Amino acid sequence: MSEIKKGRQTDGSEHGMTQDAAGPSSGLTRRNFLSMSMLAGCAAIGVPSHAQAMPEFEGWPKSYGMLTDFTACVGCRSCERACNEANKMPAPDKPFDDGSVFEEHRWPSAKALTVVNRYKNPGNPSSPVYRKIQCNHCLEPACATACPIHAYTKTPEGAVIYNKDLCFGCRYCVIACPFNMPGYDYESPFDAKIVKCIFCYGRIKEGQIPACAEACPGGALTFGRRADLLKLARKRIVDYPEKYIDHIYGEYEVGGTSWIYISGVPFEHLGFPTNLPKKPLIELSKGYLSMVPVIFTTFPALFGALYAMMHDKAAGKEDSHDKHQEVHNG
Amino acid sequence: MGNDVQYTTQSPDSLNGFKAWFMNKLFMGMSMSEYSRSLATPFNFVAALILVVSAPIFTIRYVKGLATVLHATNEYPWGLLLSWGIFAGEPLFAAGFVVAAAYYIFGMKSYRSLVRIAVLGGMLGYMFAASYLLIDLGRPWRIYYPMLINFGTSSILFIVAWHVSLYITVQLLEFSPAILEWLGSKRLHRWATSITVALIIGGVILSTVHQSALGALYLLTPGKLHPLWYSSHLPLLFFSSAIYAAMSFAILLAFVAVRYFKDKCDKEFLENTPSLTLGLGKGAAVSMYVYFAINILAMAQDNKWGLLFTPYGYWYLVELLGFVAIPMGLFTIGVKNKRLKLTRFSALYAVIGIVLNRVNVNLIVFNWNQPDHFHHIIPPWTELMMIAAMITLNVLIFRWIVNRFPVTRELHGYRGMH
Repeated sequence: MSEIKKGRQTDGSEHGMTQDAAGPSSGLTRRNFLSMSMLAGCAAIGVPSHAQAMPEFEGWPKSYGMLTDFTACVGCRSCERACNEANKMPAPDKPFDDGSVFEEHRWPSAKALTVVNRYKNPGNPSSPVYRKIQCNHCLEPACATACPIHAYTKTPEGAVIYNKDLCFGCRYCVIACPFNMPGYDYESPFDAKIVKCIFCYGRIKEGQIPACAEACPGGALTFGRRADLLKLARKRIVDYPEKYIDHIYGEYEVGGTSWIYISGVPFEHLGFPTNLPKKPLIELSKGYLSMVPVIFTTFPALFGALYAMMHDKAAGKEDSHDKHQEVHNG
Repeated sequence: MGNDVQYTTQSPDSLNGFKAWFMNKLFMGMSMSEYSRSLATPFNFVAALILVVSAPIFTIRYVKGLATVLHATNEYPWGLLLSWGIFAGEPLFAAGFVVAAAYYIFGMKSYRSLVRIAVLGGMLGYMFAASYLLIDLGRPWRIYYPMLINFGTSSILFIVAWHVSLYITVQLLEFSPAILEWLGSKRLHRWATSITVALIIGGVILSTVHQSALGALYLLTPGKLHPLWYSSHLPLLFFSSAIYAAMSFAILLAFVAVRYFKDKCDKEFLENTPSLTLGLGKGAAVSMYVYFAINILAMAQDNKWGLLFTPYGYWYLVELLGFVAIPMGLFTIGVKNKRLKLTRFSALYAVIGIVLNRVNVNLIVFNWNQPDHFHHIIPPWTELMMIAAMITLNVLIFRWIVNRFPVTRELHGYRGMH
């Protein structure tokens, strides 16, 4: 998380400047918010406060992303083949030109970092929709939040990468991922690990584009700066309103993802979760995390005092009786 | 199991003497042949059968990987083994901290006779929880990584890992006076009892955090956990239910002691157990009312009433009414009318309810919107067998300790020292 933290700070100072520019009252509000959330936290253990006292991390500036346009995808599976070769994955059970794989609903796993599925088009049954599925590379990834050993890193380039040398195989990242993307290699007894798309991080570092985007013949995959891709996606929706539904999936879902999607059919028909919050999932557990030090500081005092009180009472019952009398007489 | 057991608290003075002393401790005063004969019981036969059948399964898991014996998929990475071993087990094993806090901190003197059996039940439970983890982790030999190698400080599981491991240590220390009394070491015993109160407060903190953290683990999954079970109150719900689970479990532990280990219980333990059972039942009833109220609160806060009239809503009502409200009512009747049997039955009922809740959150209503959800969550028989083996081992070790260590009785010479 060190790199993400660094990003937060950079981002924070920028926000701080805007806050100062807005005037002193906004700073005061923020402080009030903070103390209010602390008080609320003390009152109810484990209830996350929804106060957003800290500036929000809005992703690495200038990070890369990928725009997937499902209206352009023809289901050729060139991306699957390119991904398999670039990542030196084992050969698939069925060859990449075998269309029978579309009969079943597949999902990325330890054997394939990306798969293309076929979905029914509710508007036009004769032309099905193909969807490429892989890790979405969230701007604030839940897998990285969840990992107790910090084996995940969101790189400034946009890729969410994973270090198998740190992983002990608890699979909380698999639980936490809102998109069910990390695949665990359950078969291997001594080299079990998470396998997922890493956005061809090595290729990006060398100035190349991800293998799938390079291989895509239909223009369904566009690699670029995420900010530019958002503009491009919006332009397409504006230019062809009859072709696209008015939604860029991944712009806001769980705080935004590096991979963003536009489609001619509603995303729920393509197996996308549509019940996700717009804020990063880490925001949901932050309140609880901030309670832990509160418990550690208050409980010893609280229970220590209780202990002292109970034992004092046991030793000096007659004293307290006298005091009670005095108060009564007074 | 012999009835007339002689316990010596004398320290050995020579090597031969030590051997005789130690064997006397191990075989509870019986000779080796007497002891072996005493082991031939139907219970032991069934236990041995379970262990023998499951031994190859454990071997396969470590040699061939998780997929061969456990329900292990990417949609349901935490199967029944973890649901049972960690999520359902730990609230019960909070028994140690709840009873110890009642006695040492809240000054409820009468609970003294129950403290040790509750701490023992809790300590063993936590050690087994760690063992379940050693089965389920993909690379169990790295279990210490969150403690020493790298720190995922934003992770709730990081908090759980730290607190559970610290709490196991604290519980071992809490239970150490019983071990030292068994070994007859007075000096260490004095030292061990002198740090008790600090340990108990430490235990309260560690338990509070990690019981709630188990619920907080699921705060990250609003899209996956069914909204009737998902709530920002998850940590509080897990913590408050752990309190009544712990009290119910303590009732059951005391019952097991007076029913199956009567010859190992002293007069004080036998005389106190009925009134303590009712006392714990009262506490359990009150905390169940609190838990029930928080559930209603969570429902109202997120306005989830409409979801009640869906199939998952009916299942939620089965859990909340059938396995919380009913045992809660039975507890109330049992305690009010001083009905011991009913109180014990309510405790068992409440414990089953807790197990149901944790399995629900972990497995049954997790990823409920995946296609073919119910088809996916059925565990293979090998996983059930492993669970059975772990429970058997837990019971056997518990029995071994209660038979030997001063858990349900006070040894002569140590009276009133803890």
